Amino acid sequence: MIIAEQKSLDELKTLVGSAQKVLVVGCGTCVTVCFSGGAREAAITAASLRMASKLEGNSKQVSDVTVQRQCEWEYLDPIAEQVREADVVLSLGCGVGVQAIAEHYPQTWVVPGLNTKFMGMPTEQGVWAERCAACGDCILGLTGGICPIARCSKSLLNGPCGGSEAGHCEVNPEIPCAWQLIYDRLNSLGKLQVLMDIQPPKNWRASRDGGPRKIVREDLRLVVEKE
Amino acid sequence: MTPDEHSNGYLVGSNLERVLRAGHFAVTGELGPPQSADGEVIRKKAALLRSYVDAVNLTDNQTAIVRMSSIGAGAILVQEGLEPVIQMTCRDRNRLAIQSDLLGAYALGMRNLLCLSGDHQTFGNHPNAKNVFDMDSIQLLQVVTAMRDQKVFQCGDAMKGQEPRFFAGAAAAPFADPVDFRPYRLAKKVKAGASFIQTQLVYDVPAFARFMEKVRALGVHRQTYILAGVGPLKSPAMASYMKKDVPGILVPDEVIERMERAGAPWAGKKADELSKEDKKARSEAWKKEGIQICIELIQALRQIEGVAGVHIMAIEWEEAIKPIVEGAGLYPRPVVPAAVEAAA
Repeated sequence: MIIAEQKSLDELKTLVGSAQKVLVVGCGTCVTVCFSGGAREAAITAASLRMASKLEGNSKQVSDVTVQRQCEWEYLDPIAEQVREADVVLSLGCGVGVQAIAEHYPQTWVVPGLNTKFMGMPTEQGVWAERCAACGDCILGLTGGICPIARCSKSLLNGPCGGSEAGHCEVNPEIPCAWQLIYDRLNSLGKLQVLMDIQPPKNWRASRDGGPRKIVREDLRLVVEKE
Repeated sequence: MTPDEHSNGYLVGSNLERVLRAGHFAVTGELGPPQSADGEVIRKKAALLRSYVDAVNLTDNQTAIVRMSSIGAGAILVQEGLEPVIQMTCRDRNRLAIQSDLLGAYALGMRNLLCLSGDHQTFGNHPNAKNVFDMDSIQLLQVVTAMRDQKVFQCGDAMKGQEPRFFAGAAAAPFADPVDFRPYRLAKKVKAGASFIQTQLVYDVPAFARFMEKVRALGVHRQTYILAGVGPLKSPAMASYMKKDVPGILVPDEVIERMERAGAPWAGKKADELSKEDKKARSEAWKKEGIQICIELIQALRQIEGVAGVHIMAIEWEEAIKPIVEGAGLYPRPVVPAAVEAAA
């Protein structure tokens, strides 16, 4: 899932600026699961902004609403009235959600309430870790199911570098060395010979480096009659 | 140099390649370019290394700190008549920049190249930078050797005109984790085209000997020239720091104790209880011992089968190279004329 974390209240205040009517929009999907932008967080954020504005002697009208999936336009239709009434929409969706609102409501000023961090998963209660970098050309079949693009600090395809020590990355002792994990896993599966192949330079065009990406599935598109 | 310099069976015919091919125990040194545009710094350091080493490594924004480029500094070394080993990392350049820099470096007379992944930028003075890592060191070796041997760019396009011919090398970290994989990763680098290897600093000779035993079992020592990395210690604190805080460096307690004993006459005194002269004398005593330890390391490493030379890393202490090379009995350096038939 997409993992995000909330911006500071100070930054939110700056983003909201002088707007009087603020609508905080939460999202019921990834950011609910990672406790950063669900209904609960939207309500708390709205209350915090209300209190902050009151303390500063300029009480704003701050309301909140949460949609099931902020990243799909059809889920944004039911909140059309609230969006139109607001001077600013503070989205607690990921970066996709923020843009979905902006694109769906061209007349509305939309600002982000979260910093979208990565695609990952919870590894223990309260801890989330990155797992996928969306490189567009999955190599997990070569690395025992552990991604060096997302999890090696240098995204090495022929690791580990000399900075692997006692299982962690030299960049930060909190980061497990992805190549140590790959080595250990292939070793335990009796597949270490896989590591003797040299992986050639990667085709990064499949990743963001090739420009913004798009997938078109003709089999799923609705056929539009040509005039 | 002429386009025919790679005749006589040489890949490139650089001095480093000739010395190694002739079977001499090679000595390379390291020169850290300045954090400025002052070419005089390179010339002064070059003067300290001249005639004591077969080639001089020029670091590439070492520890991710911005310095004069290795190729820029290398051009000065070529002017000065010394032979550079250009270090090139994958941290700051994509495959376009790397290849174009290599074309330029060759045109400027550089003939040796050390292919590195590069220290992560968060260690340096621009931790907010975007890194590149379009390729890694092993892929870089493949690109460099394909440019040399097949006259092709990484994309597969044929090169028209003079190809860049580099005697390509790589680094090895014998003691980094996972230790069992290190000899195999070295073998991968050799398979990718590394003609020589310069290792991380060695202070623990028995541990290095065990690594070399595994390397020999793979036959890799016959396919590449392995130069063991050594470096003089400046103080017991430096030894302890490397032992504790630098991944992949083993410093035995005996080495730290030797450094401490060298400073024994001043032991037990706090910094403010020592006069300026005392501090200077203690520093000199430590440095003398550091050089002596380095000499002994070289002599011990030379006895290990498959060690073809040493790479002396005395960054910001280039003055140490002369006493180390002389003390280890490696001076004068051999002269291997380019015209002499290479040993088969």
